[in-house]
Amino acid sequence: MVDFFWAPFAEFAFMQRALVASLALGLISGPVGVLLVMRRMSLAGDAISHAVLPGAAVGYMIAGMSLPVLGLGAFITALLVALLASGVSNVTSQREDASLAAFYLMALAIGVTLVSMHGSNIDLMHLLFGSILAVDETALLLIAGATTVTLILLAMIWRVLLGSSFDPLFLAQYGRSGRVANQLFMLTVVLTFVACFQTLGTLMAVGLLMLPAIAAKFWSRDIPIACLLASGFAMLSGTIGLLLSYHASLPSGPAIVLTAGVIYLTSLFVGTHDSLLIHSIRSTRHRES
Amino acid sequence: MFKRIRPLFSITALSTLLLVAAPSQAATDKPINVVASFSILANMTEEIGGPLVSVTSLVGPDSDAHVFNPTPADARTLASADVVVINGLGFEGWIDRLIKSSGFKGELAVASKGVQPLGFADEHAGQEHGDDDHGHDHGHGHEHEHEKVHADSHADKHDHGDVDPHAWQDLRNGQIYAANIRDALIAVMPAHRDQINARADQYIEAIQVLDQATRDRLAPLSPPFKRIITSHDSFGYFAKAYGVEFFAAQGWSTDREVSAGDMARLVREIRDDNVRAIFVENMSDPRLMQQISEETGVRIGGQLYSDALSPPGTVADTYLKMFESNINTILQAIEP
Repeated sequence: MVDFFWAPFAEFAFMQRALVASLALGLISGPVGVLLVMRRMSLAGDAISHAVLPGAAVGYMIAGMSLPVLGLGAFITALLVALLASGVSNVTSQREDASLAAFYLMALAIGVTLVSMHGSNIDLMHLLFGSILAVDETALLLIAGATTVTLILLAMIWRVLLGSSFDPLFLAQYGRSGRVANQLFMLTVVLTFVACFQTLGTLMAVGLLMLPAIAAKFWSRDIPIACLLASGFAMLSGTIGLLLSYHASLPSGPAIVLTAGVIYLTSLFVGTHDSLLIHSIRSTRHRES
Repeated sequence: MFKRIRPLFSITALSTLLLVAAPSQAATDKPINVVASFSILANMTEEIGGPLVSVTSLVGPDSDAHVFNPTPADARTLASADVVVINGLGFEGWIDRLIKSSGFKGELAVASKGVQPLGFADEHAGQEHGDDDHGHDHGHGHEHEHEKVHADSHADKHDHGDVDPHAWQDLRNGQIYAANIRDALIAVMPAHRDQINARADQYIEAIQVLDQATRDRLAPLSPPFKRIITSHDSFGYFAKAYGVEFFAAQGWSTDREVSAGDMARLVREIRDDNVRAIFVENMSDPRLMQQISEETGVRIGGQLYSDALSPPGTVADTYLKMFESNINTILQAIEP
């Protein structure tokens, strides 16, 4: 038992770094994911994760496989897409998800064009899938930095976000500062992705962000508790996923996301709120009375 | 001149065509169009054809032929070619469909024709230690295009007739390649037979000289110093010909995501087998290799070129320079 859980991390430094990275990412994934779910923007994460591609591609052209440059490029384009989307939805009557979809699709097309102009398909694959096993010290620092800034930002805008998550009109009352809070929140989403995409890849990062958050909603209505639960689920997925990848030779990114998927399915069936179990108990009672 | 001849392609048998095409070729001295599937063959064809050929490579320098996705432009290039040079042995899994869809009807040269192919099992015949566990692990490192089709059946055994296509990594095979390309060029330009023969003889001799030099340089090293790891297993022929042991982690390939289990196994192999150096090939993710080097303390021995040349003007932009660069890199890394 100890061997199963402990030995891989004790023997290999790359496993240790992968574990630390996935714990840090899990920590911010919780609150950011839950807030996205509350704001009915579950798929916005998906959109933003694709928006990192053109920036990462430009970064790759300039500096090759250099993590900081890739991260910076990704950060700039993803932020640009997020800000443009929220800007357009502020000015026009279109909802934010619509303009986000429009901008991210354009960014994705530009990204794919840039990558293929550069010639090698392999690079694109690495960007899309990343590799948590390749996390080195630079990557850890990058993740730690992004995690810290994200947590601080979240703490600053927490109250406004909570209010507006229940009632968008609440945010409207705040006027300018409400919009600023909204944009700062998008900034945290972007930061989370930039931290995730190098390690899990753009495709898998969304899985670690959203699945634990959606699962947590089956256990608590209380947002702070749901956030804590989601972080816990995400960290658990990271750890178990890595162990699966180690013992069963599964690719690491998908192993982590699949673990999160199992947690989601379990919560869906036996969670304490709104789960299938609760619904079946309730309908039985209904019939009895 | 060729525009006028082309319609004949579609209606005339190839042999008849050659009789028609040959004199016109001799009369104009316009270089014929040769399309090679990847950069190494393109370079060989240029060396042999010289001014008589204009060579295009479908897969360019530093790119991976295993996962190449042909574009319509590639089909057009192929359709306008007089000679197409491919490696064969299943290396270019995409070429058959491309040739068919492009309507190419010229001379198809399979460069590896006549090469003694290495199977997956005997690829590591050069290894001395018959340790079951290792023999099993190392044999699996080949995930090439042709395997994707039946990757499942390949889970355990190698006895399915699949062969390692990287035959050019043995310079004696390189001579066979050169001869095959020479014959194909002569077949389309019989009038230039002497010129092509002369260039080819010179080139084959240069390959021979390099082959001998390689043997002379590697021979003095004792076996324990000749154990190295690459990120993608394409040096089977090299290993057999020159007595260097190459290890590749099980299931490692340029088109698959690596698992933590694979990494751990490789790290253990390096520790247990006392491997001397790790090499990053010119088209795979270097980050994983750096990770492994950090984990084991084994040197990263620079870049080996396996399936593609480096861009023109750099250290490995021709077949011979590529080979020499590989030898230098290996010696530098493993010499104590």
